Amino acid sequence: MTRGSRERLVLWAAYAAVLVVAPIVFSKGFALTLLCQMGIVMIFALSYNMLLGQTGLLSFGHAVYYGLGALFTIHALNLGHGKLPVTLMPLVGGISGLFFGIILGYVTTRRAGTTFAMISLGVGEMVAACSLMFPGFFGGEAGVSGNRSTGSHLFGLTFGPQIQMYYLVAAWLLLCTVAMHALSRTPLGRMANAVRDNPERAQFVGYDPQRVRFMMVALSGFFAGVAGGLAALNYEIVTAESLSARTSGLVLLATYLGGMGFFFGPLIGAIVVTLMQTLLAMVTKAWPFYFGAVFLATVLFVPGGLASVAMLHKRLWDTGQVRRAGVVYAAMALPVGLALCAVIALVEMAYHASGDVEGPLRILGRELDANSWGPWIGVLLVLAAASLACRWTWRRVAPRWHEVAQALAAGGAR
Amino acid sequence: MTAALELTGVEKRFGATEIVRGVDLRVAKGERHALIGPNGAGKSVLFSLISARFPVTAGRIALHGEEIQGKRPHDVNRRGLSRSFQVTNLFHRLSVFENVRCAVLWSLGYRYSFWRSADKLRDANERAREILDRIGLAHRAEVSAGILSYAEQRALEIGVTIAGGADVILLDEPTAGMSRTETEQAVELIRRVTEGRTLLIVEHDMSVVFGLADRVSVLVYGRIVASGTPDEIRADVKVREAYLGAAAHA
Repeated sequence: MTRGSRERLVLWAAYAAVLVVAPIVFSKGFALTLLCQMGIVMIFALSYNMLLGQTGLLSFGHAVYYGLGALFTIHALNLGHGKLPVTLMPLVGGISGLFFGIILGYVTTRRAGTTFAMISLGVGEMVAACSLMFPGFFGGEAGVSGNRSTGSHLFGLTFGPQIQMYYLVAAWLLLCTVAMHALSRTPLGRMANAVRDNPERAQFVGYDPQRVRFMMVALSGFFAGVAGGLAALNYEIVTAESLSARTSGLVLLATYLGGMGFFFGPLIGAIVVTLMQTLLAMVTKAWPFYFGAVFLATVLFVPGGLASVAMLHKRLWDTGQVRRAGVVYAAMALPVGLALCAVIALVEMAYHASGDVEGPLRILGRELDANSWGPWIGVLLVLAAASLACRWTWRRVAPRWHEVAQALAAGGAR
Repeated sequence: MTAALELTGVEKRFGATEIVRGVDLRVAKGERHALIGPNGAGKSVLFSLISARFPVTAGRIALHGEEIQGKRPHDVNRRGLSRSFQVTNLFHRLSVFENVRCAVLWSLGYRYSFWRSADKLRDANERAREILDRIGLAHRAEVSAGILSYAEQRALEIGVTIAGGADVILLDEPTAGMSRTETEQAVELIRRVTEGRTLLIVEHDMSVVFGLADRVSVLVYGRIVASGTPDEIRADVKVREAYLGAAAHA
């Protein structure tokens, strides 16, 4: 066994261990629900990255496969009445995702680039419109509900308790991650990368780029369907929301935020997006604003996503630059932190001033009155001072940072 | 004996503009055939017609006696014709090794396989390594193609072109923009890797053409004005007037 493959095995083992231990560490009531949600979004985002990162296809309609997978699963659950094992139910979602991936993929992959993006948007809207036309199947406004504990109880698993549901999600997540990673290493997966980089050249080495794209769309439809199937079991209700453009947009954001250039990027993105959607939403009404701001900052400053930030720090570690980088971080922490606090204060005050937030506004233990001038002027002054401090500090530490960058470049060329 | 490549009355129009006006060309099996001509003569377009990048307006193109006009590029490639590009055309984010391996997969029959790991395909990996050795890029195997030097990218371009084992190779100005020593190395490389195969090459550098080719055809304004051995072409008065004149006196 080579060093590389042993390293990989250790990583997979660690991944599995984290999945097993997570609900024990985060055992407080709400955490388990959160973990289930994360696991589902992780599969969904990984399947999306088969298109965006691996094949270079920007899709605005990936939720179609997720939503249809969820719908077929919940109907199968209701029709099956205890005959089908719940453990294997996500497979129903997967197969329906694959089926629609084959049908819709045939239509959407005739062109790449902007045309593909537009067609995927159109197809997404069409399927979403179907939910209004066929309320019987799509459940109309109320959605379709089911009961996961009615299924046959394989090995005495009823899936009544949330913890059993979690381990079902975790098992499927592990399985799907391994499968999607393996897929990226197959001839099809390698050619998907080749088609992403240069579809024309792919033709001149004997491959039909359209066929490669089609197969990737169909297969990613399968995994999106599995995620949908798990969502159906987890929430026990499927609404038209699950196949809407909003859901498609969310998985795009999660994948990009996490980093589409790395296989594990979407996993990070899924965690961050889920946390922002739930925990941050509990803290502040302005959470969509912060969500947008974080996404914008990612696109502008770290286009490689959070995974690229993680990889940068791994390289800092490998080349022994952590201490030097740490000095820069320590110097910048205070001014940047202060500036961020000021920005947050401004956003929160704006939300308070609009009037639909109840209760007093507290920031860093101080109560601020959003309807008087004083706090606004004060916070703006803090922001100005913090910005100046950022600039001043950066001028001091920039040479150090350039040293680090140079050492990294030298390490990379070695 | 059927020719490896035979063009009969091949024409190409873009709108009202006639670029290729009835080309007849025969390249025998195992021959090294150079296509020369002034800028804008239609050499690159002719290459794109043969490799099915563009559809022909009229005429027929036969590869080993089988007509290939109207087929798609990947079909033509699968029948044993491979081409390089004048402007480097690689999988720039993939490693050098991956570039070559992608180019061998189809010919080894792996098609769109998604159930076996590419790293475990012994024949594909061995073949890719062997190609890297031959083009002298073994030490750069793990580097992304996008950050190679120009000469290295040109070498990889040739490597990707020959990797699939095609028996008819089309090289479009493989030494363009290279220094003298780089050119010499490139010619040596081309000679080595096209051993036993049929080669059609577009080239501006006359020393390369006369050093490498068994036969030379001269394309001027979309027509072949002369075709023969290098000596015949050098002696041809028409060619000297139309094209070589400037180069011969330079």
